[in-house]
Amino acid sequence: MKFNVKAWSGGARAGVLEIGSCPNPIETPALLLSTRKGLPHFISPDLLSSLPYPDCRLLQVSPLHFLEGLPTRNISKIGGLHRMLSLHEYGIAAVVRDSIFCLPQAIGSTKLGASFETPCGRLLIKPKDYMEMISHMGPNIWVALADEVPAWVTDKRNKISVDRTFRWLDDCLALNPAGGCAFGTIVGGSNLEERKRCAEEVAKRNVSGYWIGGFGLGESIDERPPLLTAIMDILPDDKPRMISGLGLPEEVLQGISAGIDLFDSTYVYSLTLGGYALTFPLDKHRNHYNMQLSQIGSDSTKINLRATVYRKDLSPIVANCTCYTCKNHTKAYINHLLNVHEMLAQILLEIHNTHHYLMFFRLIRETIKDGSFEQFRQSFIESRRDHLKGEAVPA
Amino acid sequence: MALRFEILGRFNRARAAQLTLPHFVCQTPLFMPVGTQGTIKGLTTNQLEEIGCQIILGNTYHLALRPTSELLDEAGGLHKFMNWPRALLTDSGGFQMVSLLHLADITEKGVTFQSPVDGKPMLLTPEESIQIQNRIGADIIMALDDVVRTTITGPRIEEAMYRTLRWIDRCIAAHKRPHEQNLFGIVQGGLDPVLRDICVRGLVDRNLPGYAIGGLAGGEDKDSFWRVVAQCTAALPEDKPRYVMGVGYPLDIVVCSALGADMYDCVYPTRTARFGTALVPEGVLKLKQRAMADDFRPIDPSCSCMVCKNYTRAYIHCLVTKDAMGSQLLSYHNLYYIMQLSRDLHSSIIEGRFPKFVCDFLRKMFPEGDVPEWVCNAMEVAGIDISSCCAPYPFPSYQEHNSENCFREEEIDMKSGRL
Ligand SMILES: [Zn+2]
Ligand SMILES: [Zn+2]
Repeated sequence: MKFNVKAWSGGARAGVLEIGSCPNPIETPALLLSTRKGLPHFISPDLLSSLPYPDCRLLQVSPLHFLEGLPTRNISKIGGLHRMLSLHEYGIAAVVRDSIFCLPQAIGSTKLGASFETPCGRLLIKPKDYMEMISHMGPNIWVALADEVPAWVTDKRNKISVDRTFRWLDDCLALNPAGGCAFGTIVGGSNLEERKRCAEEVAKRNVSGYWIGGFGLGESIDERPPLLTAIMDILPDDKPRMISGLGLPEEVLQGISAGIDLFDSTYVYSLTLGGYALTFPLDKHRNHYNMQLSQIGSDSTKINLRATVYRKDLSPIVANCTCYTCKNHTKAYINHLLNVHEMLAQILLEIHNTHHYLMFFRLIRETIKDGSFEQFRQSFIESRRDHLKGEAVPA
Repeated sequence: MALRFEILGRFNRARAAQLTLPHFVCQTPLFMPVGTQGTIKGLTTNQLEEIGCQIILGNTYHLALRPTSELLDEAGGLHKFMNWPRALLTDSGGFQMVSLLHLADITEKGVTFQSPVDGKPMLLTPEESIQIQNRIGADIIMALDDVVRTTITGPRIEEAMYRTLRWIDRCIAAHKRPHEQNLFGIVQGGLDPVLRDICVRGLVDRNLPGYAIGGLAGGEDKDSFWRVVAQCTAALPEDKPRYVMGVGYPLDIVVCSALGADMYDCVYPTRTARFGTALVPEGVLKLKQRAMADDFRPIDPSCSCMVCKNYTRAYIHCLVTKDAMGSQLLSYHNLYYIMQLSRDLHSSIIEGRFPKFVCDFLRKMFPEGDVPEWVCNAMEVAGIDISSCCAPYPFPSYQEHNSENCFREEEIDMKSGRL
């Protein structure tokens, strides 16, 4: 794996990530597609290739998914994840939790390992078990096991989490699996000092990049910037930084502004399940966004296709969108599919939402490269705030 | 009439034809997957084209409820609404009502049922069924028939058959788009050859663009099933397509095609996929079984579909019945399998090697030579010598015959009858 930062715009940075299995370098900030057992939730591999290229070539996989039905040693027998998924030209990053089905369960974690709530019940994963799974799977990137805790735990528990996390990192690195780049984990909850302590320790280790954990676990959006900035100040600039738990466009912009390079797409999954489609304009020069007519559950960034207003709407979700869904189907059709609980609704929505979010990242990279990122971010956030204010005014 | 039916090749009763419909030129024999609500579960329309689907079936009853035929009409018909460029067929809605709604009651006027929306009594007449189907705009529309279970006997069968004949005239009279849509009549008459004969002759007199054989695949014994098909195909005109409704097991498709049928529909391939079962030449493969986790072969090594080219049974095993992707990938394979079967039937008939194809098919499915007796009987009538794949002595009841965890279709729960 190779990583180079090419441009800065304030704290935000644009870089290039080269991963052995991807024939083309991937520009950052980038979105990793959230998967279930290695494939996107609803987008089958033949449709996956219709997404923007090479932007769509990074996948995030949780090893815990395979505890349901497929021992990871069988993945190894098949020839590893890339072979099993038949996605040879994709970059795969293994992260223990997936933020959807498999979540850290701080209460159950012990000095021996981290606990997770999963569809197979609560599981205690020790560094040795985890590294065995990693070496069976052979991802391009693996994130070290962490003791993630929610924002509300005591300082004492938070401190334990930091201690355990870099001890486990050492354990993982010592087990040294064949291939794959290690990302060290940074935890520390909402405590600035603990965050710094963790970042300092992890920065000393021989890792290829960093994963910022412990976000999206109950902290407020306003608490994050000082924590993120403090971490970034300590981490070396020449290695990629990945985060989990930031999903909304504002959160992504917040993370990028602090210097994060890689994000997961669980937000796309939750939108898709809710029947939402992303609709915000993908145009950096347009500061004042046209507000959609307000409907229940819709705002200036997305629409809810379950709304009856779309029953007869024979236009695509986004008029100039080039995704498979928008090129082939109307809002009325998707509204019907949602009404009758047909799986194609989720397939079409996941395609559009993933496409739209990948294009959002593309736009962000452009603004970083031309130095207008902060301006873009401000106008994006303001237009949304204005819209929300407009909604609050009684009719 | 809005179709052309050209027979390209024959083997005894079997025929391979080109069926030109307003939206697509189809090759028969063909299988029509069921897209009840304007979608085949879990597959996109471009995947369906890739798989080779030629005609998709829509259920009038469901579509009339949601999104409603008025909306479909406004949207330019179901083709446009679901963005399906190839052919569509809609059923009359009657069967769905009788099978889905307990309180459906059939009178001379039509089918009376309780609205699932507000519980009010509603009436579906032949005129209304055709009107709705005219709005949906499928290439082939079906006449409203009086459906009775094949397993019942007595005067009700006779009543239903005569009513079906009376209703066909009302359907023909109500049909507003005969130059864009083809109205098929449905042969009823239960398992009674005399009633079936009266019905076929009555329908043939009406000179319809095509004919369906209805009231089968509802739990009747297999010997009765094929005999009705054989009787009807023999009596129906040569130059019109023949559609056996509700048939979807690969073996049934092969047998009916040998007897001269051209079209089939069934939810079986996609429904069974959602339960984790794959169609393979040996029968079926149950991917839920634990042993599949250690099986690194493709679902069907002889299949060239996207799923078999890329994935192992082990991987599909961990997806099936738990994740949407499991049913998406298995539905893809199952439809591909059955479309490939249709293509093979077509080409083997045209190339004059149909008997060999049938024998190879039976040999894979019954490697011990234990071909069911009803198949042997049907093949005799079809004039296809299958002695080379039958064991010399009747086989002592069926048993597991190989180590690949394959089961024959008979072992699947068939209680549901016409799936
Ligand atoms: Zn789109
Ligand atoms: Zn296949």
